[in-house]
Amino acid sequence: MARLFASQTRRAVLRTAALAFAAAALAPRLAIADPKAVEDELKKLYAGKPMAEGRVKLDVPQIAENGLVVPVTVEVESPMTETDYVKAVHVFADGNPQPGVFTFRFSPECGRAAASTRMRLAQTQNIVCVAEMSDGSLFTTKAEVKVTIGGCGG
Amino acid sequence: MIEIKTLISHEMESGQRRDSAGKPIPRKIINSFTASFNGKTVFQADWHPAISANPYQSFFYKVKESGEFKFVWKDDDGSEYSSTNKIAVA
Repeated sequence: MARLFASQTRRAVLRTAALAFAAAALAPRLAIADPKAVEDELKKLYAGKPMAEGRVKLDVPQIAENGLVVPVTVEVESPMTETDYVKAVHVFADGNPQPGVFTFRFSPECGRAAASTRMRLAQTQNIVCVAEMSDGSLFTTKAEVKVTIGGCGG
Repeated sequence: MIEIKTLISHEMESGQRRDSAGKPIPRKIINSFTASFNGKTVFQADWHPAISANPYQSFFYKVKESGEFKFVWKDDDGSEYSSTNKIAVA
């Protein structure tokens, strides 16, 4: 890096410095999109317990024209009996200011581990879904949603 | 088995928006939704600011007997909105 600077003209160095400054000024805004935030949330919830793929179905549109109202449906394969049912389903959005979207808590009385709501997405990002079964096992899936007009801030 | 669909009118202010003077608009969201049947909680949802305004929520329920559904929405400011609905099994 130092060698690169040495070969640049004074003006170029100044321009680089100005760009770096602009980037720093923008940083708080860019910091909102942090895919690691979802991992941190999951660590808090399940302390790094292994998660298997499958059993969880996340139904979201591939392209959301309006990030303010994006329909989302989750469904988990489960017999939903007193001894074998889905306890909770968490959904996260890794490009939102806050990763958490919702947690659904099911009971065996539901008969079917499926539920829908609508969410806001700030930008194109991955939606991560984790289901916790009554025996403690975890299943996960994710899907990308392309957002045309962001739904947070304004 | 029936699908229950609920909708409540609420602005769900995320706390991310700014007003025309550039000041952040304080967060005000419904953070929890609970559905109980004859007094027993059957479905619950924790909502974060990423839930859309006028939140919609649907879920399934296996009705075995007649009874009453009660839905409760809890707001950040401590207020609660509730609604009840009867189901008769013929």
